[in-house]
Amino acid sequence: MSIASAHLEHLPRSVQFTLALALAALLLFPQVGTDFYTQMVTRMMILAIFAMSLDLLQGVTGLVSLGHAAYFGLAGYVLAFAMPPSEPVSLWWTLPLAVLGSAVGALVIGFFVVRTHGIYFIMVTMAFAQMVFYLVFDNKALGGSDGLYINFKPTLELGSWVLLDLDKKASLYYLTLGAMLLVYAFLRRLLWSPFGRALSGIRVNEHRMRALGYSTFGYKLSAFTLAGALAGLAGYLWGVQTGYVNPELMGFHMSAHAIMMVILGGMGNFAGAIVGAFSFELVLHVFKDLPRIGQVELGKHWQLWMGLFIVLVVLWAPRGLLGLIAQATLRLGRSKAS
Amino acid sequence: MDFATFLIQLLNSLQYGLLLFMLAAGLTLIFGIMGVVNLAHGSFYMLGAYLAYALSLYFNSLTLAILGGAVLAALFGLLLEWLLFRHFYHRDHLDQVLLTFGLIYIFEELRSILWGDDVHGVAIPDFLGASIPLTENLSYPVYRLFMSGVCVALALGLYLLISRTRLGMKIRAGAFNRDMTEALGVNIKLIHAVVFAMGVALAAVAGMIAAPISSVYPNMGSQVLIMCFVVVVIGGIGSVRGALISALLVGLVDTFGKILLPSVAGMLVYMLMAAVLLWKPEGLFKS
Amino acid sequence: MSELLLRAQNLTKRFGGLAAVGGVSVDLWRNQIHAVIGPNGAGKSTLTNLLSGDIAPTSGSITLGKQDVTGWAPERIARQGLGRSYQKTNIFLPFTVWDNVLLAAQSRERQQPWNPMVWLRAAGKYAAAQQRASRAIELAGLQNRRTAVASTISHGEQRQLEIAMTLATEPQVLLLDEPLAGMGVAEAERMVELLLRIKPEHAMLLVEHDMDAIFTLADHLTVMVNGQVIASGTPAEVRADAGVQAAYLGEEHA
Repeated sequence: MSIASAHLEHLPRSVQFTLALALAALLLFPQVGTDFYTQMVTRMMILAIFAMSLDLLQGVTGLVSLGHAAYFGLAGYVLAFAMPPSEPVSLWWTLPLAVLGSAVGALVIGFFVVRTHGIYFIMVTMAFAQMVFYLVFDNKALGGSDGLYINFKPTLELGSWVLLDLDKKASLYYLTLGAMLLVYAFLRRLLWSPFGRALSGIRVNEHRMRALGYSTFGYKLSAFTLAGALAGLAGYLWGVQTGYVNPELMGFHMSAHAIMMVILGGMGNFAGAIVGAFSFELVLHVFKDLPRIGQVELGKHWQLWMGLFIVLVVLWAPRGLLGLIAQATLRLGRSKAS
Repeated sequence: MDFATFLIQLLNSLQYGLLLFMLAAGLTLIFGIMGVVNLAHGSFYMLGAYLAYALSLYFNSLTLAILGGAVLAALFGLLLEWLLFRHFYHRDHLDQVLLTFGLIYIFEELRSILWGDDVHGVAIPDFLGASIPLTENLSYPVYRLFMSGVCVALALGLYLLISRTRLGMKIRAGAFNRDMTEALGVNIKLIHAVVFAMGVALAAVAGMIAAPISSVYPNMGSQVLIMCFVVVVIGGIGSVRGALISALLVGLVDTFGKILLPSVAGMLVYMLMAAVLLWKPEGLFKS
Repeated sequence: MSELLLRAQNLTKRFGGLAAVGGVSVDLWRNQIHAVIGPNGAGKSTLTNLLSGDIAPTSGSITLGKQDVTGWAPERIARQGLGRSYQKTNIFLPFTVWDNVLLAAQSRERQQPWNPMVWLRAAGKYAAAQQRASRAIELAGLQNRRTAVASTISHGEQRQLEIAMTLATEPQVLLLDEPLAGMGVAEAERMVELLLRIKPEHAMLLVEHDMDAIFTLADHLTVMVNGQVIASGTPAEVRADAGVQAAYLGEEHA
């Protein structure tokens, strides 16, 4: 699989249909599911936003970042600092602030990182993200290794009218669903805008883009910053849902998980990122909940199964699940025609 | 800072830098020659340390453990290369990143199954247990000098191998022009396997000799991996010379930084990397 | 009276001790094709890279129009009015022919990042870029292949696409690096026609090995050997030059 090709920018009908069904299911879910599962799906949707933000960077622009989680975690920390211990704050200003914080972080780090290419880029994104990780981990003032608590859910009010009570699982679910759909729609439009086309061009052949007059540094930095901002949106919602942030949210494992989600679903079209996030979380849950067979606690060794799963996906499903669906329907179509 | 303290810190930074070099040399060689990025490189370091722990219990001697462990690590490297890595030389960096990340998980869990999750100590052999007195109150452990010595010896060995032997010549030729080298009858597959095994062995030996000092614990791999990446980025990918200079630089900045500027000590090395990137986006010694 | 669009003076590029290009001067005039020939290793590629900004000269100057562009980054020089095609086809293989050319044409739009429509409006809706792209595709003769994916078209068509992309940015000066490379007779003829068609509006530097094409196309000919210019003048003058005959052209062309 080459990152420069093998992309499903136009979603085939079969995939569009499946996604429409999935959307209907998502809309109805809280009405039928328990609180536990509503929370689980909310979490998956938050990760889907995170994955989509990485897809912009990786799938569209071709920049493989091993440090994207830094901007995810950063926003959660901004919320933690913005929220006093005794009373909740409003979402109206904490959300933009957190997203802005992540955007600024991405802009600053991006300025150093975007000038590198290929394997260097991968390594320095990881290095800078670990820098942020250790900055927080080593400093009690920033919460240290224990992390910080967010004691309340932010309020969403207009004057005295409560728009959404985020303490209710279903309300948070629909807020997240709305955010996820908005981000998806925005990114799909962006993909076909001149900016998005330029980013795709940079992915395929950056050298030629420069020869055509594009300032590719500026484009890449913009993509990096925008992706960071969107990761911040996801990180904010994560903080809202869990009420707790810790340095692991910014760490290299989280970044690698995001890469995995994007690959698993299929890169470059954002729908794959959503599918990948859901699938990844599902697989993780399945592995962690594996039963005990005889003396062996299979679930305890979930890392082993996860590792094997990742290796197998890289070996056998390089275009991700959407790619598999597309290939399968292609074969069905061919066999019907013959 | 008096002279004795300064000398101690200088020796410490040398020792740390040389250790990082061992790791970085393997990583940069594997990338420079085969084009593979390996996130699991830190895992080899960890596996080396655990091997030192397990084998030193078995042999009752750290020296034998290191020798045996080095051989085992090289064999493991050959197996891994044959089984997995050689199929990834031509694949995207993204695939390599994911593959090796999956391997990290697998190695972590294998380690947990084989040796558990506890922290272990490894004893320094008696003949290396002394300390050289520097002043009335300060002395320097012989073992740390031994560590530096081993690293220097291996570095020298590596240099001689690459620049003076026929194998080294073939390695350099293969890195420069793979197809031509193959056409000349050189078994490039064997060369790649050897280079990979060397890289694994270097990382493992680094873990083994560091074990008595740093002790043996889960996650020791990921901490050292990031430093290793920083060293390679600063030094320039594919350049062993760059890795050496960069590793020594990082060792100095990190060790003295912790003493002189403790509040920003953790960030100093990254700031160094940022500064180098502004000046030379492809490292100090582009290969 | 023709217009001087690019002047390169005394360009030198050293790599270590070796001068890949030594003291080369080139003038490019509108409605003129200036060909550069020479054996392999003569420094022709280095010269082209110097002019396009891919490599910075060790010494010497480059003036594009009235602007000194010495040492400028390639994208700045391109925006200043220089277009370049490559010897090894350098297109966007996964995209369609139309998307390739539109991407090139779009580079001339002044994008205002604060305007939200830039982020949301489809690229296909920008009329000016569309027109530029259409024109370039027609000039290159690829109207019937607009929807074909670039990796699926023939080699000759890919070379045409290469030129179309270069034209879509509406440059004043064109640097063409072996546009006829790997082409069959019919394809080469089409390419020569294309180059003659676009000649009146552009100043063109042509690096080529195909001698017949050179003598058909070139108004001015520069011969390079070992990084130095050994002859420069009209094709007839260069043909008659004894030094050139000895070094390069051989008896048949004398």
